[in-house]
Amino acid sequence: MARNLRHLGFLALICASLSISGAAVIRPINDAHRSAALEIFVPTDGSFGSLEEAYEALRTFQILGVEKSPEISHATCPVVVEKLGSSSFIPKDLFHALRVNSILGCQIDSRTFEDVASKLQAVIKDANSLLDFHYAVGGLLHIKDYGINVALLDTDGTFHSIKALSQSDGRWRYDSNSAESSTYAAGIALETLAGVVSLADKEVDQSKIGIVEHDIVKLFDSIKSYDDDTLYFDEKHIDASEYKGPLTTSASVVRGVTAFAEVASGRLNIPSDKMLGLAKFFLSIGIPGSTKDLFNQIESLSCLENNRVSIPLILSLPSMVFSLTTRDQLKVEVTTVLGSAAPPLTVSLVQAFRSDSKDTPVMENQELQFDSENTIHYLDIIPLKLDVGKYKLMFEISLHDPENINTYATGGHTSVMAFITGSIKIDKAEIGIFDSDPGNSETLQKLDLSRDSTLSLAANHLQKLHLSFHLTTPLGHHFKPHQVFLKLRHETNVEHIFVMESSARQFKIVLDFLGLVEKIYYLSGKYEIELTVGDAAMENSFLQALGHIELDLPEPPEKAARPPPLPVDPYSRFGPKQEIAHIFRSAERRPPKELSLAFLALTFLPFVGFLIGLMRLGVNLKSFPSSAVPAAFSTLFHAGIAAALLLYVLFWLKLDLFTTLKVLGFLGVFLVFVGHRTLSHHASATAKLKSS
Amino acid sequence: MAKSTSSDAQMLVRSLHTAYAATPTNLKIIDLYVVYAIVTAVIQVVYMGIVGSFPFNSFLSGVLSCVGTAVLAVCLRIQVNKENKEFKDLPPERAYADFVLCNLVLHLVVMNFLG
Repeated sequence: MARNLRHLGFLALICASLSISGAAVIRPINDAHRSAALEIFVPTDGSFGSLEEAYEALRTFQILGVEKSPEISHATCPVVVEKLGSSSFIPKDLFHALRVNSILGCQIDSRTFEDVASKLQAVIKDANSLLDFHYAVGGLLHIKDYGINVALLDTDGTFHSIKALSQSDGRWRYDSNSAESSTYAAGIALETLAGVVSLADKEVDQSKIGIVEHDIVKLFDSIKSYDDDTLYFDEKHIDASEYKGPLTTSASVVRGVTAFAEVASGRLNIPSDKMLGLAKFFLSIGIPGSTKDLFNQIESLSCLENNRVSIPLILSLPSMVFSLTTRDQLKVEVTTVLGSAAPPLTVSLVQAFRSDSKDTPVMENQELQFDSENTIHYLDIIPLKLDVGKYKLMFEISLHDPENINTYATGGHTSVMAFITGSIKIDKAEIGIFDSDPGNSETLQKLDLSRDSTLSLAANHLQKLHLSFHLTTPLGHHFKPHQVFLKLRHETNVEHIFVMESSARQFKIVLDFLGLVEKIYYLSGKYEIELTVGDAAMENSFLQALGHIELDLPEPPEKAARPPPLPVDPYSRFGPKQEIAHIFRSAERRPPKELSLAFLALTFLPFVGFLIGLMRLGVNLKSFPSSAVPAAFSTLFHAGIAAALLLYVLFWLKLDLFTTLKVLGFLGVFLVFVGHRTLSHHASATAKLKSS
Repeated sequence: MAKSTSSDAQMLVRSLHTAYAATPTNLKIIDLYVVYAIVTAVIQVVYMGIVGSFPFNSFLSGVLSCVGTAVLAVCLRIQVNKENKEFKDLPPERAYADFVLCNLVLHLVVMNFLG
């Protein structure tokens, strides 16, 4: 789905680019295509993914004359050999493998070819779909090149089966079950029929060939065209899942028609303009970006290069800009689509129109001279007295040899856009400040606009600024460039741009500050003056600083518009941000260490006092039980309490509450049990003492 | 007059001293313990007075540990004292066991709060 959307997008892109340019610039295939082919067809470790893609890459390199790296043979030949040697019966795989092999020339023995040939002949016998016929016949054609006898068993029957799938409008169906017919399938069918005819061991009936020629003519009736004389084929119904796009469809038809024209003994009745239109379509794409598109373009052009219907001759201009200053010559190239030499011919410039007066030609019927060293047709433009500007040139090709008229397609009138540029003279420039009342006029200063000036003018809101100059072309006519702007820029970078009008052979502007006061936002101060004059046909377009003007404007009223805020550099948001100063709570003042240690010692003093007091009181351990078991319990009780206190110290130092509580739980249970035993023993001992 | 006041005070102290000497030893031990705990608390308060109460939780836990254990000791003394008719039937071991248990709980809390 994504691939078809890509094709649709590609189609839209072609339409958009052609509609913008009007007539697309058409150049024959050149080195740009060769380097693009090397960039687009990039093998991964020498292999191209599938044999179909490998064939596309290799065929493109072969046509363009690009050296292929030996890695490709190393990586692809084993795959080819494996496919041809395997016992599988998929005609598509065999077809692609044979195609690749015909370019790479891998080492395959004739036994393998004979096996494959017999398999393909079996496919043809049972086939009922167009693609099966196509693969089988194509494969047999490649095998025939190796000298193996691959005569078709039933030529007439095969021819008839393929022909049966055709429709009345020249299209073909893929097989007898499908209802939709397709132009792409027509191309495949014609190629297959041409293959059948060349594989036939005896002559095919001429009437059959005549019927197919008739179909081809009907197919060409459905050709479509863009605005600029390019012709292409496209499907009638755009089915989103199978849509192949105009490039692929036209390539398929061109392949089929040229293949069939090779085997048809007579001439196909196709007007040469249509072949030329197709060639222009393929060339107007420029350099496609995807492998399939580049392959389709190059292969179709290669088919058109030497076809038997009519070979298109492309007229193109190596450069579209001619300069009067450097006395350029108008140069025109006529070649075939792949850039090979054309037969002897003459190019004549039929008419030339200026872009602003499309009806009256400024020049008619000039013949171009031929430079055989560089194979370029040229014409000197200086003697033609053409002024600077944009022109539409119409050329016509006439072949020297009358026999070539049927072989080559020259097209009628080819029109090309061109620019003639020159150096524009700017003179009689004057600038000055006027008062409003015409009686009191200041003198105008002369200005030299070939370099920056440093004028220093001053005006108030009651005065006017006057600037005028003449622009003359090299031939002495008044020139109206595309851009004539006067810019006033305030010190605060607020800019105002004024367009200068042309009248009576001069360019003039009068800035009446009284009327402009609001537009300038009442900003007084120093304004820089800049003059810009530019045009595509002007070689010396310029932007000159003229100096500055001090404007004295009144105070803005309450409701006047403020000057617009200046644009902030959009990249400034990516710069570093303001540093954040965090305010931390100031640390508490801690006491000095010695003081704390002194009080620590002081805290232990009462404990010492307690111990001394205990001793003074005569504390003894006489009540400690003497017999073993109670003694043990008492010891355990005291040990348990000591353990609990130790646990608390550990808790303070590093344990957490949960661990402590867990341990304390166990310890507590233990203490309760032990303590109960000890204390009850002690109580009973005391009771015994009391009673006794 | 002052002389009689001071000699009265001396007689008072002497009579208290004699009366106190008659108390049983175990109660004297408990009294000594209470005095020890309170003195420790006072030392901590003096320290806080000098350096300020910055880790206030530590101060509180220290002081409350001393005061709490003193209070528990006072309760023990009340319950153990044989002249106290209210707690005649309570065996002193039981009182002691309560004292130990309550101290353990108090000190768990104090240790948690010590920080």
